[in-house]
Amino acid sequence: MSRIDAHTPRRHPPPIPGGTALGQSTRRHRQKRRGEGGLWITYGLLIAIVLISAFPLYWSVVVSSRDKSAIGRYPPPLVPGGNLWDNLQAAFTQGGFGIALVNSTIVAGTITMSVVFTSTLAGFAFAKLRFRGKNTLFGLVVATMLVPTQLAIIPLYIMVTQWFGWSNDLRGVIVPALVSAFGVFFMRQYIASAMPDELIEAGRMDGASTLRIYWSLVLPIARPGAAVLGLLIFITYWNDLFWPLILLNTSNPTVQVAIANTASGIEVDYSLVLAGTVIATFPILIVFLVLGRQIIGGIMQGAVKG
Amino acid sequence: MTQGVQRSRGRQRWRSRLHRLDRSVSPYLYVSPFFLLFAVFGLFPLAYTAVISTTAWSPRKPGSADVSVGLDNYTTLFADENFHNALINTLGIGLLSTGPQLLLALGIAHLLNYRLRGRIVLRMGVLLPYVTSVAAVALIFNQIFARDFGLVNWFLQPFADSPIDWRADEWSSWTAVAVMVTWHWTGYNALIYLAAMQTIPYDLYESASIDGASKWQQFWHITVPSLRPTIIFTVIVSTIGALQLFAEPFLFDATRNNNGGSQRQFQTIVLYLYQQFWTNGRYGYGAAIAWTLFLITVVIAAINFLLARRISSTK
Repeated sequence: MSRIDAHTPRRHPPPIPGGTALGQSTRRHRQKRRGEGGLWITYGLLIAIVLISAFPLYWSVVVSSRDKSAIGRYPPPLVPGGNLWDNLQAAFTQGGFGIALVNSTIVAGTITMSVVFTSTLAGFAFAKLRFRGKNTLFGLVVATMLVPTQLAIIPLYIMVTQWFGWSNDLRGVIVPALVSAFGVFFMRQYIASAMPDELIEAGRMDGASTLRIYWSLVLPIARPGAAVLGLLIFITYWNDLFWPLILLNTSNPTVQVAIANTASGIEVDYSLVLAGTVIATFPILIVFLVLGRQIIGGIMQGAVKG
Repeated sequence: MTQGVQRSRGRQRWRSRLHRLDRSVSPYLYVSPFFLLFAVFGLFPLAYTAVISTTAWSPRKPGSADVSVGLDNYTTLFADENFHNALINTLGIGLLSTGPQLLLALGIAHLLNYRLRGRIVLRMGVLLPYVTSVAAVALIFNQIFARDFGLVNWFLQPFADSPIDWRADEWSSWTAVAVMVTWHWTGYNALIYLAAMQTIPYDLYESASIDGASKWQQFWHITVPSLRPTIIFTVIVSTIGALQLFAEPFLFDATRNNNGGSQRQFQTIVLYLYQQFWTNGRYGYGAAIAWTLFLITVVIAAINFLLARRISSTK
């Protein structure tokens, strides 16, 4: 086994017809090599790109660790100062970030659990069970992935606030997001490639019910895929702004709504605003640093915007 | 004895009936949560948008929900200069962000596809912007593009007589917003291209280099054609995303009157929709904007799709 193979997922999902390839192909391929000189250029360029990618985040730490006057002069400070703690505290007391962090955790956590559960169940049915209308229904799932549902906010707002009475209520943020077409699609592709048909047949021979097969045979195999889906969904809803912004007011925000609220008015105090973005970004960055490899694998396998 | 056999036969029949029921009903049971919730919170609101768009509904006028105005909202909309302006802004920012973003992503994916040490670290670095929220991206770049003491203006100091007010006119504000979008999505698209590049069989490159093709020729004649379906897919997804652009222009104007700049120079369609719906309380008119944008999105996606089919069939 070459070093490359050690990093590729063990199961290789098939390519989406007309779409992108899911993960690496089953065919063994070698990555291209380059001469010494060219290799240095490649590393140089990639490191430059990584620095550009990381710089705005670094910059947010620099600004949020300085006081107002240090930012308001040229040349700007390019290294962090000693005011980070004060600015974070100010953001917490003025911006309501305490409740915002709790709210975002509840929202993203609940949605993640529900999406993973419903997607695994539906993905299993689409991948391994036979039923009439399956292809049509799955086509519907794929089609709905591209529908910009944020355009339906006006009726959604009326439904959630007037019919269900959930204005400024986390339930209004959570319930409309409990299922995901992307999730169903993702889990179908994963289960279809990771789960051998013979195993399910063997389960049937032993007289296991469909639910039993799902629980004892499919779930253990689908778990890595479900974990990756969970990560992607958690990040998506932790970062979501549009709908929470409409539904929640300043007394009960998610972190994204809270940072949007801090940055309004004639004069914006960027050390405070960017302290807020540090608070909002930090939890996801930790997750990303620990589980980055899985997240990258998930994006390269799913290859579809969530 | 015979009784026992009969009983077990009966049980067997009952069991096999249950078994058949299980096999025929379970699949529908498993996919139903998705379809039920999607119908209620996805499909229905979308259809209901069309209904609301034919009313003069405003929460500020009691009883207006039932006042039908036919297609009046649409005739007003098509003559509405602010809507034309928002449409042009959206398309302009869309072109400025989608093009560079996908070209850069292609280049980065090509670089990442070489045999490299620290591959995971490089990929994670490239993906860092994707895990940052749009709100955080917009706010950080707000400071970077600030007129007074912004980072970009500091760099440009030797070249410009006075600091540039990035929000002030069309091109500068479009550029700033496009930079935010490009920074946010390039790495993500690069990883999608990389995933597709890794499925291209190595033999193709080997035989091409035997035939004397340069690296550059190999890139254009092997890599790009093999990626065609992926490229088309990312173009469609990025275009749909660009048409829905909201958070960046919304946060770029700190006054929060949702004009998208003093002259509406960066007001996008969804920001205009938000303004009509939220700031002005015009549900009917807002719904007409939403439904029009939905149709525009469907048409553009369909054109993309047809072009894609055409290109791949002439290949």
